[in-house]
Amino acid sequence: MHPDFDIIIIGAGPAGMSAAIEAAKHGASVCILDEQASGGGQIYRNVSNSKQDQVDILGKDYLAGRQYVDGLRHDRILHRAGVTVWKVDKAGTVVFSDAGRAEQIRGRHIILASGAMERAVPLPGWTLPGVLTAGAAQILMKSGSIVTRDAVLVGSGPLLYLVATQLLAAGAAPKALVETQTRRDLIAALPHLAKALRDWKQLFKGVRMIAALKWAGVPRFKAASDIAIEGEENAEAVRFRAGGKDHCIDTNIVLLHQGVVPNTQISRSLGLEHHYDHTQRCFHPVIDEFGQASHPMFSIAGDGAGIGGAKVAALSGRICALNALARIKKISGGERDKRVRRLETSKRTELSIRPFLDTLYPPPQSVLLPQDETIICRCEEVTAGDIRRYAKLGCKGPNQTKSFGRSGMGPCQGRFCGLTVTEILAAETGETQDAVGSYRIRAPLKPVTLAELAALAETNEKEAAE
Amino acid sequence: MFESFDKSDPGRTLSFTYAGKSISAKPGMSVAAALLTHGVTAFRGTPVSGAARGPFCMMGACYDCLVLIDGVTVQACLTPVHEGLVVERVPITSEDA
Repeated sequence: MHPDFDIIIIGAGPAGMSAAIEAAKHGASVCILDEQASGGGQIYRNVSNSKQDQVDILGKDYLAGRQYVDGLRHDRILHRAGVTVWKVDKAGTVVFSDAGRAEQIRGRHIILASGAMERAVPLPGWTLPGVLTAGAAQILMKSGSIVTRDAVLVGSGPLLYLVATQLLAAGAAPKALVETQTRRDLIAALPHLAKALRDWKQLFKGVRMIAALKWAGVPRFKAASDIAIEGEENAEAVRFRAGGKDHCIDTNIVLLHQGVVPNTQISRSLGLEHHYDHTQRCFHPVIDEFGQASHPMFSIAGDGAGIGGAKVAALSGRICALNALARIKKISGGERDKRVRRLETSKRTELSIRPFLDTLYPPPQSVLLPQDETIICRCEEVTAGDIRRYAKLGCKGPNQTKSFGRSGMGPCQGRFCGLTVTEILAAETGETQDAVGSYRIRAPLKPVTLAELAALAETNEKEAAE
Repeated sequence: MFESFDKSDPGRTLSFTYAGKSISAKPGMSVAAALLTHGVTAFRGTPVSGAARGPFCMMGACYDCLVLIDGVTVQACLTPVHEGLVVERVPITSEDA
């Protein structure tokens, strides 16, 4: 099978879109595959179709995504929207489904830009209907013009404030913010403040959001602990401890957030090298300064390689594109180095706020290592206590927990429990997270029907006959 | 409560059914978003304990919003609504549920 494209990009968020635009600009043929109906990823979701009232609520940073979506309209870029990638191999073949039909294409180089997903927040009651991620509430605003009224936001991090202020702007003020960061986190973060000031505009934006919440009279509870969501068929209340007192707030909607983590399903399925990042408390695929992964066929751009946010993602997308272009000999190594150097400088400036934010808003121990009764694998309803029991029975790695009790074997394929299982096993065995490792991920990366597989076999036979 | 703030084209709605009930929605909405605005937050019961579940991540990662369309389980958050769409609850098949 001959390569169909010079470069295949998986994911049309800021990283993937800017990689596609940069690659096409230098004469490469590009196919960019994405699960959503239009380009933008989650951060710029639906931005090309957004209406004025959405833009008013979501702010001008959101609107910045339009330039990338517009840039995808290029002769050399084929944007396949609404498709689900479920297999990638080291020969550069990408298999995906489009409206129930499977297809495969091959590229000379692949850029993985599958972005981030919300960190799992395993608290008692987090599986109840009415409990969503803060990101989900934002997606509802972006893609459906829907707000969550009287929601309680639980967790920590910039997105918690952003969603809260966006809800405020939409006239749907949240009932309260239950925040987990402590005074100790603030003290730990202070040494990173000087560096963060290099990106003072971002810092100022944060201060302004917090001021807006105060001005609107939205109660904020800090250093909250013992958080539990109560309810039978739906969330009914959030119970927690803060300021030395027990609190209980009635609500039908709870929005959880403890930062985002790289979605490493594809890079894991390829057996690429990963390492555990102790500041961001998650695994990052190993990449060099050009975004090159541990196998020559793949570069990794954006939050999928480590959390940096939309601007960093767009810059790293361009860097990966230049890396890919040099690899397939569309540009010289010298030209790549020259162009990357300039992008690298901007990327470093954009990243200067990260150590401050990562240290100020860490996931609390109660989320990293939940109490025994808490469900950690949502699909198979496996609890933290189950995983600890498996460890005591001699279970050494995340993969073995599957045979012990099916954790990670449901439809989400370990996306939401993977990191928690690693953390619990590391704590129980005294090994490092790197030594414990993570689930082995295999294709199909998303569930496919037998009909889709069968149709793929037919096209393969036809191609072989030709 | 999940509410729409879309004040444009109030007439432009379509309808589909969920578990036999008629649901109105705006074009471009996902099945999950449309159901949430109608107060439906629990879409299915889990195969393990039968516990109620509904949309959680809204981005195709968690698979909690599964529904049945044309006999195939699909993610409601990734499925756009269209006129006349028939959406069913996923039957619980586990024996102990």
